[in-house]
Amino acid sequence: MTPPMTPGTELAPQVFTIRRADLVRYAGASGDFNPIHWSDRVATAVGLPGVIAHGMFTMALAARAVADWTDDAEIVELGCKFTNPVVVPDDDTGVEVHVAGTVRSEDDGLTTLALEVTCGGQKVLGMPRAVIRA
Amino acid sequence: MPIDAALVGREFPPTAPYTITEVKLREFAAATGTPYTEGGPAPATFPVVVSFAAMNGFLEAERLDLFRIVHGDQRFVHERPLRAGDVVSARLTVDSVRSLGGADVIGTTSVISDQDGVTVCTAKATLVHRGDPA
Repeated sequence: MTPPMTPGTELAPQVFTIRRADLVRYAGASGDFNPIHWSDRVATAVGLPGVIAHGMFTMALAARAVADWTDDAEIVELGCKFTNPVVVPDDDTGVEVHVAGTVRSEDDGLTTLALEVTCGGQKVLGMPRAVIRA
Repeated sequence: MPIDAALVGREFPPTAPYTITEVKLREFAAATGTPYTEGGPAPATFPVVVSFAAMNGFLEAERLDLFRIVHGDQRFVHERPLRAGDVVSARLTVDSVRSLGGADVIGTTSVISDQDGVTVCTAKATLVHRGDPA
């Protein structure tokens, strides 16, 4: 059921699990074969804590939450900063990313959603926002 | 090695025309867990398939290593949803180059246009290039 898109409405938080296999699959689907997303050796050599998720994969999960909240409304704008890496361990458990959202404004058929995307209690995206056509 | 600030304003050649297929849209949707119905709009972050190709062309032209790049931010402005059958191409322009804590921060805009030359999506990305450790 689609919640009302009135400003101030809080959207039900969604949780996604990211495992290494998801990154491999996303690499193939997107064409982003940067080895920092699949090789611990390369990731640590460039100063990262380990293999990290593609920022665009995390953004895609945020878009997935928006699609779910809005019953697949058209997303006309989507943007964020990548403020903290999502480190994905080489195990079967993976890591959880939480996506929460609030309806910020509604203007002339366009609705702005402010999102909050966290991993381990830490924000991983900065100012993630989506503008949808209701 | 710092990146030459003379790059600012430079436009790189358009990517080879890319024909969006149902198979690719299904693959991308499945990799991101996004709903997709045949003939329907592409997932909101799908244009990355083309903008990433434009970034790769830029990195190759400037002899920059992909593994030294992390994504700083990303924004998509969609003029219309992409669909299977669209033939698209991206033109990347360098907007800004600055130095930040030993890294080069490169602002880019990739304009994605369809077979009629009409802009369908503008993808802005900031790329953080980490040089060799001192």
